[in-house]
Amino acid sequence: MKKLNSIIQKLGSNRLAWSMFALAAILLFNLIVYPEFFKITILDGHLYGSLVDIFRNGAPLMVLAIGMTLVVATGGVDLSVGPVIAVTGAVATSLIGLEYGSTNTPLFLAVALALGVAALCGFWNGILVSRIGIQPIVATLILYVAGRGVAQMITNGKIMRIFYEPYFVFGSGYFLSLPVSLYIVLLVYIVAWLFTRRTSFGLYVESIGINSEASRFTGINEKNVKLLAYTLCGLCAGIAGIIISSNVKSADGNNAGLWYELDAILSVALGGTSLSGGRFSFAGSIIGALIIQSLTTTIYSTGVPPQVIMLVKALVVFLVSLLQSENFRKMIGSLLNSRKGAIQ
Amino acid sequence: MRAASPLRLIRKYLSIIATILLFVLAFVAASLKYKGFGTLQVFFNMLIDNSFIIISAVGVTFVIISGNIDLSMGAMIAFTSMLAAALTENLHVNPLLTIAIVIAVGALIGTALGAIITFFKVPPFIATLAGMFMARGLCFLISIEAISINDPFFRAVSLYRIHLFGKAFISINVVIMLVVVLAAIYLAHFTRFGRTVYAIGGNEQSAMLMGLPVNRTKVLVYTLNGICSAVAGITYAFYMLSGYGLNANGFELDIISSVVIGGTPLSGGSGYLVGTVFGVLIQGIIQNVIAFNGTLNSWWTRIIVGLLTLMFIVMQRAFSAIKRKGSTSTFEMKSE
Repeated sequence: MKKLNSIIQKLGSNRLAWSMFALAAILLFNLIVYPEFFKITILDGHLYGSLVDIFRNGAPLMVLAIGMTLVVATGGVDLSVGPVIAVTGAVATSLIGLEYGSTNTPLFLAVALALGVAALCGFWNGILVSRIGIQPIVATLILYVAGRGVAQMITNGKIMRIFYEPYFVFGSGYFLSLPVSLYIVLLVYIVAWLFTRRTSFGLYVESIGINSEASRFTGINEKNVKLLAYTLCGLCAGIAGIIISSNVKSADGNNAGLWYELDAILSVALGGTSLSGGRFSFAGSIIGALIIQSLTTTIYSTGVPPQVIMLVKALVVFLVSLLQSENFRKMIGSLLNSRKGAIQ
Repeated sequence: MRAASPLRLIRKYLSIIATILLFVLAFVAASLKYKGFGTLQVFFNMLIDNSFIIISAVGVTFVIISGNIDLSMGAMIAFTSMLAAALTENLHVNPLLTIAIVIAVGALIGTALGAIITFFKVPPFIATLAGMFMARGLCFLISIEAISINDPFFRAVSLYRIHLFGKAFISINVVIMLVVVLAAIYLAHFTRFGRTVYAIGGNEQSAMLMGLPVNRTKVLVYTLNGICSAVAGITYAFYMLSGYGLNANGFELDIISSVVIGGTPLSGGSGYLVGTVFGVLIQGIIQNVIAFNGTLNSWWTRIIVGLLTLMFIVMQRAFSAIKRKGSTSTFEMKSE
């Protein structure tokens, strides 16, 4: 009994385990209610099925969550990722042009420039936060307001369609029977992991998230670390923007990436990174993104109006943030203890 | 205590003077450029079209003065107007009872958010972001489709026009808005609650040490904000005569930038409700100029509002930096 208790305690303190558990619970629910959920068929050498869909549709969110993790870990937040997605799609689309089967700019250059603009958006956020000292919510709110305006300006207020085949690879292409977007996620994850865990950058980020002032006194260049975190977050939003616009084969200044900011923040929180900053885990955030995506897919298949998913997500956020709250845990703990006392 | 010299007074009201000056300049400039802009009715139209924004911005001003933030009000306006529509149309509840229920629901949701933020120390933007999604989800739970309001009382209020100074007119929403603003000014400057809100925003720790009821006030601020959102939702229902889950999209940002442009620093502790009203009206001018111009596209509103917000935040930071420099030699209380 004691052993079991200590195992439970260990599990309880390991946040990654909790998110794995949540993901498993959702999948288990599907396994029982919709056995065909797990069916994977091979068509034209490509894998198809709900599980593959979760990975494929969740790819932009997973990339976004990786970038958001860095910003949240510094104790900040980036609300502008949705509009940055829209801007990136708009830039890439306008560079490629509207001619059928041809492109005005070489594909590589178009994507690189679009990603450059996204990184610039992140850099702008980073300057506002680190140099001018505006609170992150508000600093990124400015781009949130203005970003969609800029995206619409680029697309001239219209939904621009793309007719250039090779661009579609990022969102809907397949490689070795798996979606290309999954390889992109893997690549971003590996690069992000190497960059944070094989250099001191990750440690700096965590240190700033725990105590920004103290980190500055130990000689960490707090401003530049924050600037870099926001820039990388913008870059990740850009990569997500390319995947999304490539998947829907168009750029929509108004609706591309709409509501993505909460999903990204929620993924990070579900993945066990504290929203007040500090220790972070990319793997956790990716699992968080998968939880959200499988929740969405599940709700679609239950036939509940898809808009109601917002309510479910909100309740999940409340639950997660309450579980992360020390006061709440204490309250629950004392409630449980008093009940134990009553039994004895 | 030193006597209030004119210079000190100007410094105290600098941000609000800047806001009003910007409004007047923009209005005069637009009147000179566009024929028919400089009339009383155009000004009244700004009040009519933005009354619900102002009402909600009043609640958010309290939240921001107390040093917190709210992101849920746009969704709350959509939800409360949807609730009003559903109660009167689908359940045929008496319109006055409907209004009472809607305000009670708004107060309840506000209080719940405030309690989560205050007692469980959940970051305000996370709790209210979740509140925003919850309210949108509730909208769609009521109905996926838009509900149009045909209740005679709602229609009568919606269409009633009060004529002032000859031909110009305002709507009942404007009257509601003025009552809310005046009541809020009283609450902010002439009650213990108001002073406590400013004190918490100035320095929560000192407010606590002074023995002020910090936690209770923080929750009450969100209750007040919830009530304001609900009243805004009802006036929005009067304005639109329908409820729909995608209505009021993006209002949260319009409202926050209005408060900022109105001179309330996002760090809390100071700010004036009159400034907030003019903050909303400046955005009203931008919308009207774009409508009068005809060749500008609507996305310019967003870009200009974003830049204006940035300008005001940077200005505020510059002011507070100057103030800090000035007050290092002598210990003085925060003047606002």
